[in-house]
Amino acid sequence: MANSSEFPLWEVFIRSHGGLNHKHVGSLHAADAQMALEHARDVYTRRMEGVSIWVVPSTAITASDPADTDPFFEPAKDKIYRHPTFYDIPEGLKHM
Amino acid sequence: MRDFLLLLADNTQILGHRLGEWCGHGPELEIDMAMTNLALDLIGQSRNYYQYAADLEGAGRTEDDLAYLRDAREFRNCLLVEQPNGDFAHTVARNFLFDSWHFFFLQALCQSNDDRLAAIAVKSVKEVTYHLRWSSEWVIRLGDGTEESHKRIQDAFDNLWTYRGELLAPAPYETEAANAGYGVDLHAISSRKCSTFSALTQTQSGNE
Repeated sequence: MANSSEFPLWEVFIRSHGGLNHKHVGSLHAADAQMALEHARDVYTRRMEGVSIWVVPSTAITASDPADTDPFFEPAKDKIYRHPTFYDIPEGLKHM
Repeated sequence: MRDFLLLLADNTQILGHRLGEWCGHGPELEIDMAMTNLALDLIGQSRNYYQYAADLEGAGRTEDDLAYLRDAREFRNCLLVEQPNGDFAHTVARNFLFDSWHFFFLQALCQSNDDRLAAIAVKSVKEVTYHLRWSSEWVIRLGDGTEESHKRIQDAFDNLWTYRGELLAPAPYETEAANAGYGVDLHAISSRKCSTFSALTQTQSGNE
């Protein structure tokens, strides 16, 4: 068997119910996409967590740099008016 | 009927326990979990059969009595399922030989004229569809992998090949079950099983 360190890393996304988004749940090692899907099924959907799986090579993901935290995220902190919390929600509107 | 149920129960229980031995020892975490998933599926299936057999007896014995307190000689499982795990390739080959029979067997058992048996088969065949997919994938991967993996899976099949005939050779109570309509006609599934196997081995040689 190949050493697991030789298998590339994949990120796993699971859709828990029809209509909801796929959400990142973790990662795993696999030789290719097919194996990654089956491993994801075996590792991440044992307790009925999902109805659909995406796997993406971890190398395909471009991540923000922690050093960019200030210019990226800090400016949003004092702009609470961007939160849609200053409106009265009409009664009977359920999915807000 | 009881003998037939115990055959199915013992097959799935023994293979389930063999796979369970891999728990914590799999070649990778993901494969370890895959094999314990398979093990739990099989143990779950065996429980359904043991419970049914215990109900039929009506003698107050439970599924556990039937699963764990019978003498070794009373077990009806085929020899294939009790073969030791060996290396990973050996486990894959053993499971593939079983799965590629089990799948077609359960498909046929879904048509059983016994409602409870048919219900167990309908539930089990979904699980075993994945088992067959899993072991088939690994037969191909190991066969097409490295020189080492090819040799190991080939050795495993050479070693286990002799046990596959038993799966299609009916015991008297299996013939009785087939004739009564609650069992499976093994002759009818043998051709389908063989075509799956040759399709797979052709894929393997085609990729080489």
